[in-house]
Amino acid sequence: MRVSYREAMRQALHDALVSDPRVFLMGEDVGRYGGTYAVSKGFYDEFGPERIRDTPLSELGFVGAGIGAALGGMRPIVEVMTVNFSLLALDQIVNSAALLRHMSGGQVSVPLVIRMATGAGRQLAAQHSHSLENWYAHIPGIRVLAPATIADARGMLAPALADPDPVVIFEHAQLYNTEDELRDEPNEDWRCDIERAAIRRPGSRLTVITYGGSLPKALEAADELARDGIDVEVLDLRVLRPLDTETIAESVSRTHRAVIVDEGWRSGSLAAEVMARIVERCFYDLDAPPVRVCSEEVPIPYAKHMEDAALPQAAKIVAAVREVLNV
Amino acid sequence: MFDFTLPSLGADMDEGKLIEWKVKPGDTVRKGQVVAIVDTSKAAVDVEIWQDGVVHELLVEPGERIPVGTVLATLLEPGEKPPPEGAASAGERAGKLTPAAAPGASEAARQRISPAARRRAEALGVDIARLMGSGPGGAVTLADVEAAAQPGASKSAETVPVAHPEADRNAEMRRAIAAAMSRSKREIPHYYLVETIPMARAQRWLAQVNEGRPITGRLLMAVLQLKAVAAALAQYPEMNGFFRDGRFESVPAAHIGVAISLRQGGLIAPALHDVGSKPLDQLMRELADLVKRTRAGSLRSSEMSDPTITVTNLGEQGVESVMGVIYPPQVALVGFGRIMERPWVEDGTLVVTPTVVASLAADHRVSDGHRGALFLAELRECLQRPEEL
Repeated sequence: MRVSYREAMRQALHDALVSDPRVFLMGEDVGRYGGTYAVSKGFYDEFGPERIRDTPLSELGFVGAGIGAALGGMRPIVEVMTVNFSLLALDQIVNSAALLRHMSGGQVSVPLVIRMATGAGRQLAAQHSHSLENWYAHIPGIRVLAPATIADARGMLAPALADPDPVVIFEHAQLYNTEDELRDEPNEDWRCDIERAAIRRPGSRLTVITYGGSLPKALEAADELARDGIDVEVLDLRVLRPLDTETIAESVSRTHRAVIVDEGWRSGSLAAEVMARIVERCFYDLDAPPVRVCSEEVPIPYAKHMEDAALPQAAKIVAAVREVLNV
Repeated sequence: MFDFTLPSLGADMDEGKLIEWKVKPGDTVRKGQVVAIVDTSKAAVDVEIWQDGVVHELLVEPGERIPVGTVLATLLEPGEKPPPEGAASAGERAGKLTPAAAPGASEAARQRISPAARRRAEALGVDIARLMGSGPGGAVTLADVEAAAQPGASKSAETVPVAHPEADRNAEMRRAIAAAMSRSKREIPHYYLVETIPMARAQRWLAQVNEGRPITGRLLMAVLQLKAVAAALAQYPEMNGFFRDGRFESVPAAHIGVAISLRQGGLIAPALHDVGSKPLDQLMRELADLVKRTRAGSLRSSEMSDPTITVTNLGEQGVESVMGVIYPPQVALVGFGRIMERPWVEDGTLVVTPTVVASLAADHRVSDGHRGALFLAELRECLQRPEEL
């Protein structure tokens, strides 16, 4: 069955709402409007306003309400329209959700799922386009997921809801319209692990490490390089916290070279963390210094050509790979 | 202990091939002694050493191609005792290769080796210091180490028969000239000045001097011109030296690179050393020797690397004047055209007199047109007083 990322995410939410009465969806425009990215279209009519709750434009308030509901035994899914707006809710996420298990000496946990769109590429200008996944990946106490494939969009939500601690799911806005085949056997179980990184394309000469919206670009770059006989591996982090260092180290130790692609800004980026772990774990296996392809350190521009220029693109990834391989 | 590195024998040289060692470990060498013969794209060059010492260890085998800056040998200072066995040999000291960073750079930098390549080389027993890197920034990579560990790896390149060595040498020289001249036009803001110089006095004086001499003992006008250039340079030192690393280094002596065309094509401009201080007869002998050795492909390293200015004389080919391209890192080039009779006004009278058009191409980063003009005027005056040269 060929489905879009949006549809896969919608099906995952639908399954959750159907299978567990404790699950409810809350956020700006998720109900009557059907979701900013139309992921919850039709849910309001099907499940009613009790379970599909439109909220005021108050991230601090409704994320806090979600935490309270989770403490009270519910399994809330809170949608924050974009990561840019989630900064208003940072206090709730960092100081409450991530810490309550610790602060209560293990008496309470916060089984909360927060979904948020991230990333640029849709001409939504600087206040709607940034990639701040690394802010959350910095925080102990939460798990951070970045589904980049249709299968992960379909399969990550259920284990996230099953996790007794808060899980933040980043959905890159440019992925919603991507399509792929999705397994569809009778009694299909789409649940996937939310622990490990995945090799999306095996290769021998270099590992391109990426996640989220940059995965299709990395795969496109790998295809182009393959046409010139340059065989690169593409690794999808999938889980941004805790990082799957084992899979990264295994791959880079085998290929001896790494290019890290991250739509976040270079300084203090997830790419920097990945690079640091590569150097810590694989120093004696490295055959060239690792290289990063990140967004230019500017507010993401509105104009199409400038936005394109500011973001990692397949051509930039190809150039970085060639630089590392000196070919 | 000191290192003997492969010098850059000109701006267009970034590597060479060691043909032969002229010394062996234990030999005492004197400053200026030829210790090795190295093949460059232009010629087989006798490479001299510039320090007295005793050869300790030869680090490069004949037949190896090596980048400029490579340590070829280590030597002991006069009186220095050899280090005890087992102490780190020069081969183990880091920093033997300079990946030809800047032409003329002679200081060895730390060799770049990827951590994986270093570990693999240890496991395979490969001497990484002898490898040329193919990785980014010239780094030695895993693939370089593994290729070197193949049995017979180092020999395979040499056993490939070379079909047309002469044709290859010509192509190499063309490539080298192209690189140097492109760099010159890319980096050096040239300015050009020309001056027509009356040559009647110089010709008369030369005829007198040569009268009664055998043909082989006669002075050529070219020698007079070279000496005159050296005399003018003494007044205008900003035409004589090198522009390196963003600044000008003046050189007291005029080591004039004499452009010599080769029969098979291409040219070399080796140095005639310290032209200003030598009498004309000696210069004549040295020039004849230099031309002969250049065409035979047998030059000394100092002749390749020392020129502080170039003089080109295309008069024999019949052109009136030449606008030269400076040979980096030099900062000026003087060109002479054909000596030809021209109508000339002298003391208000129109006469026919032999003249030559002298040109100056100079580096505007170092000198300005005003000084260049004064230099050419000085050159003109020097040629009016040939007896003082």
